[in-house]
Amino acid sequence: MTENYTALYEEHKKLGASFTDFGGWQMPLKYSSELAEHHAVRNAAGIFDLSHMGEVWVTGPDAAAFLDYALVGRISAMAVGKAKYSLLCNEDGGIIDDLITYRRPAPADAGSEGTDRFLVVPNAGNATVVAAELAQRAAGFDVEVDDVSAGTSLIAVQGPKAQELLLRLVPAAQHSLITELKYYAAVEVPFLVGGAGQELLLARTGYTGEDGFEIFVDNDDAAALWQAIVAIADEGELTPAGLASRDSLRLEAGMPLYGNELSLEGDPFAAGLGPVVALSKEGDFVGKAALAAKKETGAGTSSGRKLVGLKGLGRRAGRGHYPVLKDGAVVGEVTSGQPSPTLGYPVAMAYVDVEHTELGTALDIDLRGKAEPFEVVALPFYKRQK
Amino acid sequence: MAKVAPELQYSDEHEWVAREGGNLVSVGISAVATDALGDIVYVELPEVGSAVTAGETCGEVESTKSVSDLYAPVTGEVTEVNPAVVDDPALVNNDPYGAGWLFKVAAESDGPLLSAEDYAAKNGGEL
Repeated sequence: MTENYTALYEEHKKLGASFTDFGGWQMPLKYSSELAEHHAVRNAAGIFDLSHMGEVWVTGPDAAAFLDYALVGRISAMAVGKAKYSLLCNEDGGIIDDLITYRRPAPADAGSEGTDRFLVVPNAGNATVVAAELAQRAAGFDVEVDDVSAGTSLIAVQGPKAQELLLRLVPAAQHSLITELKYYAAVEVPFLVGGAGQELLLARTGYTGEDGFEIFVDNDDAAALWQAIVAIADEGELTPAGLASRDSLRLEAGMPLYGNELSLEGDPFAAGLGPVVALSKEGDFVGKAALAAKKETGAGTSSGRKLVGLKGLGRRAGRGHYPVLKDGAVVGEVTSGQPSPTLGYPVAMAYVDVEHTELGTALDIDLRGKAEPFEVVALPFYKRQK
Repeated sequence: MAKVAPELQYSDEHEWVAREGGNLVSVGISAVATDALGDIVYVELPEVGSAVTAGETCGEVESTKSVSDLYAPVTGEVTEVNPAVVDDPALVNNDPYGAGWLFKVAAESDGPLLSAEDYAAKNGGEL
């Protein structure tokens, strides 16, 4: 597999990161302790390099209608400035990727033709596939699909101190752009980096369960932005955080991970993502017939398996692919699991036969031959105090 | 780079062995291993009085990301376990060659053990 390095690779090396392969990218796993990084995001702020994520611009008069066809959500209903979580499914209703789409203002040179513009952000390992799939689905639409993943970096600042930190890099007159930015929305903000103002797309989105931001920046400017954010923070305010803490944070927040909870073989209803599938939207979309049929069979509600949260009653954690047991019989499989640093007990997400998914149901996870008690609980495991 | 304590011997599975006098040895895991595992959150140790066999599993070490078997580097009877690491597994990360020791064995025989130099050469540690 090709090894990709983000524009921030040297920054990570300077910070003493240990690296891991993720979707073909050499990414920082942790800098010091993944637990310390996890707690830093919950209690102050963490800075993450997410440059392995993809960025695909979709532009043109048909952009909204095209995305309504290509994705399972009602993208055309989204207001300019907002973001939406959606799925790219295949004809069989299998999930090719989960992704976030940002609706942006029309480009300045668009004229008055009603040109729409969206930024689609797929997962690292799927970015190429998603870009190709979108390009293919664009046939017959007046739309341009432009994969800019290779030239774009993404830096996330997540945690209760995230807003305060970023405000220090923005002229006071523009502070309201950030302070008034709603969750799942994005705006161009002039950042003071390297002595000059620079308009960057700032999104109030994230994957940690905390308030936080994601900033899109050209690879050439990524290191300067990263350094500026790190430099503006006082002692203890900001901690570089790697993928290990990102994973424990997202698990506590009950967010599905492609490859663990979501896959081509899985279906959105079993994953609890039924509300994301807009079966009632006008016109056809890829996967619609298959998804409608799955819903008809009660997938994830009265038939098959359903994604649930499991809380460990002991100290041992269930891990991916471990069997879930009810009275000794296999009734499910863990997709993600580890000790929750914030909550102090093990948590897991698992697909379990729907008849055993009521909250409070006592189940066991088979920990390498030993049955360890768990209980079905509501997702997310952790919800921040607002 | 992870430290390899020069005065100890090591198993291929990253346990270290310290000679405590007579046939008594204490056992822990190397900083190379604790670095790779990440933050350790749970350890399961053999029971005092139980027999352990060199090269066979005798417990588990669980980190935030994964679970690893703990292998006995020597054959013999467990005489003592470290209750401090059961209460506070982070000790294994913070002081793998000291307060993070795991258990002691009255050893009848050793498994294959490496010198610190050989272990470091093989596993990328720093003496």
